[in-house]
Amino acid sequence: MPSTTENLFGLIGRRAIPILKDINDAARLINNTFYWAFLSPFKGKAIRFRASMSEMVKAGYSSVPIVATISLFVGIILALQSAYQLKRVGALIYVANLVGVSITRELGPILTAIIVSGRSGSAFAAEIGSMKAAEEVDALISMGINPVRFLVVPKLIALMVMLPALTVFSDLIGIFGGFLLSITALEIHPYNYFQQTIRALLIKDILTGLMKAWAFGVVITIVGAYQGFKVEGGAEEVGMRTTASVVASIFLVIVFDLFFTTLFYYFT
Amino acid sequence: MEKAIEVIGLVTHYGDREILKNISLSIPSGKTTVILGGSGCGKSTLLKHLIGLLKPTRGKILINGKDITVMKDEELDEVRKRMGVLFQGAALLNSMTVSENVALPIREHTRLKESTIQIMVRMKLDLVGLSGFDNFYPSQLSGGMKKRAGLARAMALDPELIFFDEPSAGLDPVTAAGLDELILKLRDVFKMTIVVVTHELPSVFMIADYVIMLDMGDVIFSGTLDELRASDNPRIRMFLERRPEKETYSPEDYFRIIAGD
Ligand SMILES: Nc1ncnc2c1ncn2[C@@H]1O[C@H](COP(=O)(O)OP(=O)(O)OP(=O)(O)O)[C@@H](O)[C@H]1O
Ligand SMILES: [Mg+2]
Repeated sequence: MPSTTENLFGLIGRRAIPILKDINDAARLINNTFYWAFLSPFKGKAIRFRASMSEMVKAGYSSVPIVATISLFVGIILALQSAYQLKRVGALIYVANLVGVSITRELGPILTAIIVSGRSGSAFAAEIGSMKAAEEVDALISMGINPVRFLVVPKLIALMVMLPALTVFSDLIGIFGGFLLSITALEIHPYNYFQQTIRALLIKDILTGLMKAWAFGVVITIVGAYQGFKVEGGAEEVGMRTTASVVASIFLVIVFDLFFTTLFYYFT
Repeated sequence: MEKAIEVIGLVTHYGDREILKNISLSIPSGKTTVILGGSGCGKSTLLKHLIGLLKPTRGKILINGKDITVMKDEELDEVRKRMGVLFQGAALLNSMTVSENVALPIREHTRLKESTIQIMVRMKLDLVGLSGFDNFYPSQLSGGMKKRAGLARAMALDPELIFFDEPSAGLDPVTAAGLDELILKLRDVFKMTIVVVTHELPSVFMIADYVIMLDMGDVIFSGTLDELRASDNPRIRMFLERRPEKETYSPEDYFRIIAGD
């Protein structure tokens, strides 16, 4: 039955072609972003330094309170949960190891990335999307200004710097949360807890965490920018794309986390 | 007649829909050319191709003799530095003040000192009658002021070629006339090549040296204002005399359309 086969292929084609186009668009955006961020500065087209600084303030500095609060609470929760098990085997001091390692290797980077996805990823999509809807992106192109260099690169630089920085901060506060709980509720001696943490933490743990944070920064920027540039219609679509960017960047952050964690497990 | 822009056999699509159907036209340099036509006939689409924002399905667009449809981005940016565009909605960057908007192309494309840039910006703002609004944000301006600020930005690098998409749409008659006067001044004082897309007739008769008329994706007229007035093409007469399109349905057809089959 030729018509059924035709329909089947037609259906596959209609589903697959837009997806292929999306992949192509995303690949072009990634390519352009990296070109304008890392290659063109050597060809005399400098990065917009002041814009990068102001993006850093927006994405980094303003996230400090929320990152601090959440990390502190998660540190406390983690100490409580591990004490619940360790108490039984009389190994309460190992709370320090558990808190230190799981925060630096995993929870610090991922919590920070999720907070930044919600705050900055959505802001990127909304900003670029509304500029696209108001022909501002077309105006930039018509002035001979590349919109990726003008809009995306400063955001990329900001997140590549600020996400690791916020992660270090989150690590410190998280460990401090565990410390606070342990020296009060668990009655561990502060000095012992401190010593135990130092002994448990390897430079490797902290560095792999920071590498992940760096990659998450790239992912969040690209997803936000991609969704923003996709906007064609008006304000309603900007809202839709903003939501989509948060969902997609949290999802991709976790996928990348899985990938990196597996990689580090086998190769470090 | 020296040609600033020449379009040869341009065909464009949005998806599967053909918008411009194999059009050819040329735009004289140092003059004001008005592109006329009803709503939805493809004027903005043509303009977006002329500034290289969209790539055509087929055809050539020569600007000063060079085909922009086959240019690489870097070459195209060089061409764009020598042209200015005023978009339908002005398209000022909302996150920047008026003076930062006007300074933007200067900052991006030259290495002038900050004090020089400030002077240039003030000159442009003065030219469009916006002195004293340097530190206003676009959201604090009226529609007409935004258009004028957009014009100041389009002129920032003293382009040879300037495009206007519906400069007077949505403005009161006085402000619109002011903008028309400014366009005349640009041609006479700065010898720019000006391309204006519009469907405001009073404006056309005031500013045009040369008129191109589009209808449903085709060029149906190109020539001077006098030739336009003398034309006996029924579509053109309809447009000039502001007559509505005739009711073309029979009652049975109309019933079929609203019944939906
Ligand atoms: N982004 C787009 N995607 C799909 N179709 C489009 C798009 N932009 C315009 N069109 C279609 O192309 C045709 C021409 O549109 P265009 O904006 O060029 O008209 P116009 O002559 O500028 O009209 P107006 O005078 O109302 O501004 C319209 O029928 C419109 O539906
Ligand atoms: Mg239009």
